[in-house]
Amino acid sequence: MKTVKITLNGEDKTIENVPEDMPLLWVIRDIVGLTGTKFGCGKALCGACTVHLDGNAVRSCSLPIGALEGKQITTIEGLSQDGDHPLQKAWVKANVPQCGYCQTGQIMNAAALLSRNANPSDEEITSAMAGNICRCGTYNRIKEAIQIAAKEGGNG
Amino acid sequence: MKKTNKSTVTKIDRRDFIKIGSVSTTGLLLGMHVACSPKPVEEVRPEPTFDFYPNVYLNINDVGDIKIIAHRSEMGQGVRTGLPLIIADELEADWSRVSIEQAPGDEAKYGNQNTDGSFTIRMFYMPMRRAGAMARMLLEQAAANQWQVDVSECKAKNHEVVHSSGKKLGFGELAKAAAELEAPKEEDIKLKDKSEFKMIGKATPIVDLQDIVQGTAGFGMDAKMPGMKIAVVARCPVAGGKAKSHNAEAAMAVPGVLQVVELNSPDFPTAFNPLGGIAVVAENTWAAMKGREALAVEWEGGINAGYDSEQFLGELSTNIKKQGTVRREQGNLKQTFNGASEVIEATYKLPHLSHASMEPPCALAHFEDGKCEVWAPSQHPQWAKGAVAGALGLEPTDVTVNVTLLGGGFGRKSKPDFIVEAAQISKETGQPIKLIWTREDDVQHDFYHACSIQHVRVALGEDKKVMGWNHRSSFPSIGGTSNKDADEPSAGEISLGMVDFPYDIGTICCETHKAPAQARIGWLRSVANIQHAYGVGSMLDEIAHARAMDPVENLLDLLGPDRLIKFDELVDNFQNYGEPLAEFPANTARLRNVIKTVAEKSNWGKALPSRKGQGICAHRSFLTYVACVVEVEVGDNGKITIPEVHYAVDCGVAVNTDRVKSQFEGGCVFALSGALRSSISFKEGKVEQSNFHDYELARMNDAPGKIHVHIIDSDEKPTGVGEPPVPPVAPALCNAIFAATGKRVRELPIKLA
Repeated sequence: MKTVKITLNGEDKTIENVPEDMPLLWVIRDIVGLTGTKFGCGKALCGACTVHLDGNAVRSCSLPIGALEGKQITTIEGLSQDGDHPLQKAWVKANVPQCGYCQTGQIMNAAALLSRNANPSDEEITSAMAGNICRCGTYNRIKEAIQIAAKEGGNG
Repeated sequence: MKKTNKSTVTKIDRRDFIKIGSVSTTGLLLGMHVACSPKPVEEVRPEPTFDFYPNVYLNINDVGDIKIIAHRSEMGQGVRTGLPLIIADELEADWSRVSIEQAPGDEAKYGNQNTDGSFTIRMFYMPMRRAGAMARMLLEQAAANQWQVDVSECKAKNHEVVHSSGKKLGFGELAKAAAELEAPKEEDIKLKDKSEFKMIGKATPIVDLQDIVQGTAGFGMDAKMPGMKIAVVARCPVAGGKAKSHNAEAAMAVPGVLQVVELNSPDFPTAFNPLGGIAVVAENTWAAMKGREALAVEWEGGINAGYDSEQFLGELSTNIKKQGTVRREQGNLKQTFNGASEVIEATYKLPHLSHASMEPPCALAHFEDGKCEVWAPSQHPQWAKGAVAGALGLEPTDVTVNVTLLGGGFGRKSKPDFIVEAAQISKETGQPIKLIWTREDDVQHDFYHACSIQHVRVALGEDKKVMGWNHRSSFPSIGGTSNKDADEPSAGEISLGMVDFPYDIGTICCETHKAPAQARIGWLRSVANIQHAYGVGSMLDEIAHARAMDPVENLLDLLGPDRLIKFDELVDNFQNYGEPLAEFPANTARLRNVIKTVAEKSNWGKALPSRKGQGICAHRSFLTYVACVVEVEVGDNGKITIPEVHYAVDCGVAVNTDRVKSQFEGGCVFALSGALRSSISFKEGKVEQSNFHDYELARMNDAPGKIHVHIIDSDEKPTGVGEPPVPPVAPALCNAIFAATGKRVRELPIKLA
């Protein structure tokens, strides 16, 4: 058991008395109580739990909290003030979601992509997003939304 | 919300609506969402003091806010938007003043809530129209009374009733007076003319859109309440097996683990009951999972411990060569095939599939004082209510099932087992319990789509005329999950794309074989249509090739004259998706129309380079007519790329065109998972796959470059679109692969390398 200090969505958080191997996902969901980050597979295979670690997209289900001392974590709740990140707006414009469960992970993954590549090609989008499963099959609209956001200066 | 009548200045934006909605509902709140409204505006906003309930599906307060009840489950198909918009349209409501509230399971109040079988819009289109129209009529009458004019001079328009002189009263102003009036009789309800529709037949964004992109939408996984504990269950890897021993002490030694609970395991057939096993209850999910690992359970597999699905399919393949039980017969099979100048035949093999919704099964249950309340992503809250009551020894009236958003359903979340598990553990522990299935639990303990073998023989005459069609189908029935004697496909299952074969061939014989279920079989998006459309759609293409005919021309030729086929006179106990054929006929003209439309829109027959090809399949399912053209490119290494897919769909009136399109886009990808990636296999009764590395789903790189959905403009009764996109994709793709490479694919998932 360990106490870990992280910065979560810009706020300092002290996670007390937590098993070091507890994945960040469950710290976020069960201990901090933010539920926008989703559990999909627990093995970094589907991307539903994607958050940003120091600005990079990571699978929170497979990141032990013990390794995150001092790290900056951003979840969907911290991506924008009011749901107005260019990707969130593009997502709305393209009517992307169906059930919606995987979508926060998709958006977080796409946000990391746009922050390192403001104008990704079709292939670059596919390759960056291939780790995120959408069982409803919204892939083409996800791609369309990323392209809309990129066009409108999308790294927020 | 303050309980005063004083006007307050309120910034009206969607968040305020959420707060207002939150206050006005009871119990724990989940899935409270509102329609997208325009940019925030400053206005003087009086507090509502009165609610007018014209019927169970809506209320209008004296400020003019309208709340519409979504009584069916949202799992991505858009139902929380689709049904309410029908009411709003008939009511002439301003959509931005409408909020949506999810109903708990209450059949007596709302009618059927089993969100399954693609029948929500089909079943509730007219009731929703009448619910909106009768409310509109009451508001118009209230205005007429106030103005002392004839009601024919008053017309509801965009949240107001307008008199022919131009004077107006808002819906809110009329709510109180309207509530005093007697509801119009059913036969007196005046529905709008199609030309007056403002929302029906157009595209409306889903009401949960903003919440979803912000991560605030409430799924079952997100349900919480004070004092809640988390549970996971270790279940026997073989359905019908039991725990022999386990180490509760080791689990309890894991920090955060609170309790270990033994749950009874049913024998096989298990029906749709929980599998039982050993539950670990903990302070948090991680502790529960670690505790479960520590249990070291030893299992006794029971009667399915020998199930080997590959061997089983081998046995079915052997049997399928023999005559089976005849389920539809016309003409003389023997004579036709003896007299044939050519017989072509093929066997098609499909594996078990798992639903794998992105949100695994989960439920929050709280048993207290002889009552149980649950919050769950349920497709069928009424079934869940009865099942929880039965398992806990309660009256159904003592069970409340609140429906959250579903992170996908596809048929899995119709079954109440996971909700019952949560309720049982809550009763055993006396704590509110959130039960979570891991992905491994989901992949290994699902109600699987049946693996199957289809065999089709076709007799051709000398002029290459198709004389005879003999289709044999063999797969474990869903009935076998509950009843060991249900060891052959049921009348319902063979009505899904087999005996409803619509082509005009003189001799038709459909047969089934016995195939006992040795695992839990369930319904998955489009059910037996998956295997039947695959066998039928593939063989029709093989026929075209044998006839040296263009595949589209072949289909149009075989369809014969336009007619309504009376399958109920041809097949014992024919099931037309629960509807009489008189009301929802099998109309070959509509099938012909979608085939012709898709051929035209896809530029069928266009010149393509080598290793590129087009394939077609047409299939009526869930009373919706669909034709699909897939264009494929097959790389030298066998890599399959799909530049584009075209669908033509005749679903009658398309209520929300954007959601019809999105269902087809998504249904195409869902079908491509089965065609390209997914397979569940059993060895020694256990599922060999466990997570997305070995139970693969289509990812972005598998998605078609473009999916075009061409909706036929139709005044026919609306029919569902949740499942009909799935069946024709795999056969159309395999037919395209044949066109591109000359190679027939008769087994899924496709392996070309």
